Amino acid sequence: MNHENPQFILFGIGFNPSNILMLFVTCLIVFLIAVASTRRLQMKPTGMQNFMEWVMDFVKGIIKNNMDWKTGGRFHVLGITLIMFVFVANMIGLPFAIVWDDQLWWKSPTADPVITLTLAATVVALTHYYGVKQLGMGKYLKTYFQPIPFLAPLKIIEEFANTLTLGLRLYGNIFAGEILIGLLATLGASSIFGLAGAVIPALAWLGFSVFIGAIQAFIFVMLTMVYMAHKVSTDH
Amino acid sequence: MLDTFVLLSANADAGFLASLNQRLNLGDIIVTVVFFTILMVLLKKFAWGPLMGVMDQRAQLIATEIEQAEASRQESAKLLEEQRALLKEARESAQSIVENAKKQGDTQREELIMAARAEANRMKESATLEIATEKEKAVAAVREEFVSLSILAASKVLGKEISEEDNRALIEETIVKAGEGR
Repeated sequence: MNHENPQFILFGIGFNPSNILMLFVTCLIVFLIAVASTRRLQMKPTGMQNFMEWVMDFVKGIIKNNMDWKTGGRFHVLGITLIMFVFVANMIGLPFAIVWDDQLWWKSPTADPVITLTLAATVVALTHYYGVKQLGMGKYLKTYFQPIPFLAPLKIIEEFANTLTLGLRLYGNIFAGEILIGLLATLGASSIFGLAGAVIPALAWLGFSVFIGAIQAFIFVMLTMVYMAHKVSTDH
Repeated sequence: MLDTFVLLSANADAGFLASLNQRLNLGDIIVTVVFFTILMVLLKKFAWGPLMGVMDQRAQLIATEIEQAEASRQESAKLLEEQRALLKEARESAQSIVENAKKQGDTQREELIMAARAEANRMKESATLEIATEKEKAVAAVREEFVSLSILAASKVLGKEISEEDNRALIEETIVKAGEGR
């Protein structure tokens, strides 16, 4: 299970081509789904357009749960892109994993902590950016000393903790799912008895992984909007 | 750990990135952020933007449709009220016309009856008058005739011609007396 990651160095910076490949494939799939479903836009939606509108309304609902739409409307595009991206990224590693020369090439990009933490850090950085933009620097800094000033260190720690939990929760769920799928696949490939024993747990776990992937995508966007609301709304 | 820090501080300018690469996939971070940003921008341009536009358009369409429906509902209610008022007015005017006609008919009938009655009275009076005149005339004629006859008879009886004027006066006096005596 402990495959190595492929690696190359360009301009003195290390890259993982497997991650780049999977990120690209994920982006491509999301883009194709989105564009295919919005090619023939109609007033009376049919088929895929219905699904995409449902996704939009779903994300709109998440945002509206956390802040008023006047403030939150600008995060709509971010939310939809994020939920589609994370969901597709979670799903993409489920059907199979490709190992070449003992290097893992095909997997969920979200099964890599670097990527999930990058997403989480980006989101948290955005919350700070919009916090400053919405409240002004003075008020933004003041939020660290409210409601009680001596809790300020905890509030600063909270920001880092938020980033870590947001990224590692996603990573842990997806990585664990893939590990277990890999183990079951190994068991299934070992012998005819192993196959007989592995089929039903593998199917069950695949179904559960689909469920977890969807839930984690939802949670990721939900928490993004919760953190965003904490930073941009004035009544907290 | 300590070795790395020593190493880092030793050749911070050249070996920093190299040693960082052994512990952190800096490239992956950059690629993730860049890919995600590109994806978001592209999707906003090609998918979410148009879709949001259509959804907004639909919301607007629905809003206008509802407004129009409300307006036409009020319009039809107004028209209905108008029609009802018109109908009521027409009914009232029809009733008043009928009443007027009835009243006019009554008046006309009264007038006709009055005129007829007056005419009848007038005719009756004139008839009575005429009858009276005729009677007078007849009586006078008879009286004259009677006087002439009487004179004739008397002259025959007396055999003597007397002046007709004297006789006449005498006889008329007699007749008047006789009339009084009756």
